[in-house]
Amino acid sequence: MAEKRKISREKGDDSNRNVIYLENVNIAYSDANGVPALMNINLKIKKGEFVFIVGDSGSGKSTLIKLLLKELTADSGRVIVNGYDLTRMKHNKVPKFRRGLGVVFQDFRLLKDRNVYENVAFAQRIVMRPEREIRKNVPNMLSLVGLAGKYKAKPKQLSGGEQQRVAVARALVNRPTILLADEPTGNLDYRNTNDIMKLLEKVNENGTTVVVVTHNRDIVNEMQKRVITLKQGVIVSDEKEGAYIDD
Amino acid sequence: MINTFFYTLGQGIRNVFRNKWFTLASLATISACLFVFGIFLAVVFNVNHIVKTVEEGVSVTVYFNEDVSQERIDQIQDLVKGRPEVYRCDFISADEAWAEFSQKLGENAEGFTENPLANSENLQIYLSDVSKQADLVNYLGSVEGVRKINKSELTANTLSGVKAVVTYVSIGMIALLLAVSIFLISNTVTIGISVRKEEIGIMKYVGATDFFVRAPFVFEGIIIGMIGSAIPVAVLYFLYNAAFEFLKTNFSFLNDYISYVPVETVFSWLAPISLAIGIGIGFFGSFFTVRKHLRV
Repeated sequence: MAEKRKISREKGDDSNRNVIYLENVNIAYSDANGVPALMNINLKIKKGEFVFIVGDSGSGKSTLIKLLLKELTADSGRVIVNGYDLTRMKHNKVPKFRRGLGVVFQDFRLLKDRNVYENVAFAQRIVMRPEREIRKNVPNMLSLVGLAGKYKAKPKQLSGGEQQRVAVARALVNRPTILLADEPTGNLDYRNTNDIMKLLEKVNENGTTVVVVTHNRDIVNEMQKRVITLKQGVIVSDEKEGAYIDD
Repeated sequence: MINTFFYTLGQGIRNVFRNKWFTLASLATISACLFVFGIFLAVVFNVNHIVKTVEEGVSVTVYFNEDVSQERIDQIQDLVKGRPEVYRCDFISADEAWAEFSQKLGENAEGFTENPLANSENLQIYLSDVSKQADLVNYLGSVEGVRKINKSELTANTLSGVKAVVTYVSIGMIALLLAVSIFLISNTVTIGISVRKEEIGIMKYVGATDFFVRAPFVFEGIIIGMIGSAIPVAVLYFLYNAAFEFLKTNFSFLNDYISYVPVETVFSWLAPISLAIGIGIGFFGSFFTVRKHLRV
């Protein structure tokens, strides 16, 4: 908490509005003889924004998400997310920081041996919500993603789109300020892709900052949101109502 | 915190049933290792017991000068009793010695009108550790009033040798068995947990603390360790009793020479050691294996 307050004072109003703030960030692949993954990245994302991060394979999109999740630490520069300075953060502070984020992955990453209800409730149990609150919040969240009737189903009994909606419900149940989605529609067909994107838009309208990493040209061009394009570890464009830039 | 404890304990118990193959593999490994360990420990206990029983039967006999008073004999007996290697020290008077001997002679003893063993009163000394026999004999040689010392050098040396071999072999075998058990069990635990690396990763992404992720695995390890050590202990208990009865019935001639350690004595050691090994390996195995996957 002290760490968070300190950063707020240092950055003044700017950091209050920017829930994601990267300053001169550099990071190299540890297993590729120091080849740079991201170079001199400067990025500000304000509270309530909807942002696409696009780029080809190897452009640094996944590295960027890993930095924002504190799965990786920048070699230099500053990464501030939700008021936490991730470049200085100790391992034991990471769980608390991550509870302020919602994360959705391409491969859903659900706990396969637990049903839909338990997968979503799990996120609440981690933050030690009382059982009666969990019993209220989880069904509400499942209704929001349209899966109220399937709370007993195991992940393998659901379609890809449904599994992703469970992942979104899990990501949102603790009311995060930021939702990070890494290729959330990568394994989905057209219809499910649309459903998931509409859901993310709705989440954004309720005030959550949404950052979507994708290479799905159609949804980027259709939604007309802010688009940050990465190429070989460098931000080559940052458009307010952008489109997917082809090579 | 209490909620978290019970939730993670519940998850640990559920994991035992959820991951049936892992549970079965771990249980089988722990049980098999501790079963072999238990058999060996029971054999070592009995061999040691037999050696000790024989050892306690070996005596040193001390005879006195003719002019020694009964008071001095009593003094010598007290001195001998005070020595740490002495397990028992009995005074045998000349009359007692003759009474015992005449029984052996039977009818042939009837011709004696006087005690031919006068002046043969002696101290019968039993040692708790026959390897100290030489020390005791040396000491007795220096005691005033002692005329003669009878001892069985060969028996004492043989027993000391057997005891030393049994002790070293036991320590070596127990250490080897423990090392093999720990290696096998840790390997099973490591493989079982590595398969669930993804699950650990998901928990970490959602914001679970290391404790929250680790606790169910540790509880699971403890439960498996506990059951895995209880199974061989229970099986060995019945087997031991059965073997005990079998030997007593079918090899009754041995009963005069050998006494077996009661099952309770063996199990007062075997049960806590096995449980400690099982639970310890379950706890530390899962604790350290999960740690490898927590840096997500």
